[in-house]
Amino acid sequence: MSTTVPLAAYLILAALLFSIGIGAFLIKRNIISIFMSIELMLNAVNLTFVAFAHKWQAVSGQIFVFFVMVVAAAEAAVGLAIIIAIYRSRKTLATDDINLMNH
Amino acid sequence: MQIAIFILFAVLALAGALNLLFQRHPINSALSLVVVMLSLAVLYWSLGAEFLAAAQVIVYSGAVMVLFVFVIMLLNAGEEEQTHGSKAAYLVGIPGALGVFGLLTYVFLTENHWIGGVHLSNAGVGASQNLVAISELLFTKLLLPFEVTSVLILVAILGAVVLARKEGQS
Repeated sequence: MSTTVPLAAYLILAALLFSIGIGAFLIKRNIISIFMSIELMLNAVNLTFVAFAHKWQAVSGQIFVFFVMVVAAAEAAVGLAIIIAIYRSRKTLATDDINLMNH
Repeated sequence: MQIAIFILFAVLALAGALNLLFQRHPINSALSLVVVMLSLAVLYWSLGAEFLAAAQVIVYSGAVMVLFVFVIMLLNAGEEEQTHGSKAAYLVGIPGALGVFGLLTYVFLTENHWIGGVHLSNAGVGASQNLVAISELLFTKLLLPFEVTSVLILVAILGAVVLARKEGQS
């Protein structure tokens, strides 16, 4: 049996994941959790890219997702290094306490 | 078949995302993010993107999340505490996120008539074709961007090493 799933279902799932990412980004107070919600939003956008690549049978959408993955990996490496540097100088991960540029 | 796979893994991804939102401890959020990424890998496979499904498992739920868990454990991150900043974020965050979701859903549903559906008919069979198509485009037309990303990764590695280095060491 081969039932089809409307492509809009994939897109709405991506919108839902993206909105949850926005909510988590605004509500979370821990800098690592905020960073993880950014990764969630990137993943949601990747899902829309793959869905539309399937719709038009175009590989370029998948290649775009590939580049997004590469950039996200680089971003995670640098971002987590910055978080480690912040923790070294402030001894905290709560964003409410990290409010000064110099220390 | 297709609809069963979609419902199962869409529910799993949503449950993981909501768990990320509601867990107070970062390590629980990180592990639920792994669930989201693995279910997204299955959804990529069901959309005929076999290479991206593999890359999602290896790069995201493998490398990136290991890095996250490593940093959480290295810094011994505990439960986050609620502050008065949280209340303002709730007031802005929940309506804002709902607004974005409502707008996107409205656009997707009004344009639904030409978006169409998804068949699983050739998923799994076309894995080698998918890989061939991606690599052909990546190594001919998009060779320069592909090489530039390797420079980007090199810069990111150097930046991470410099930033995470202890102060006072040369």
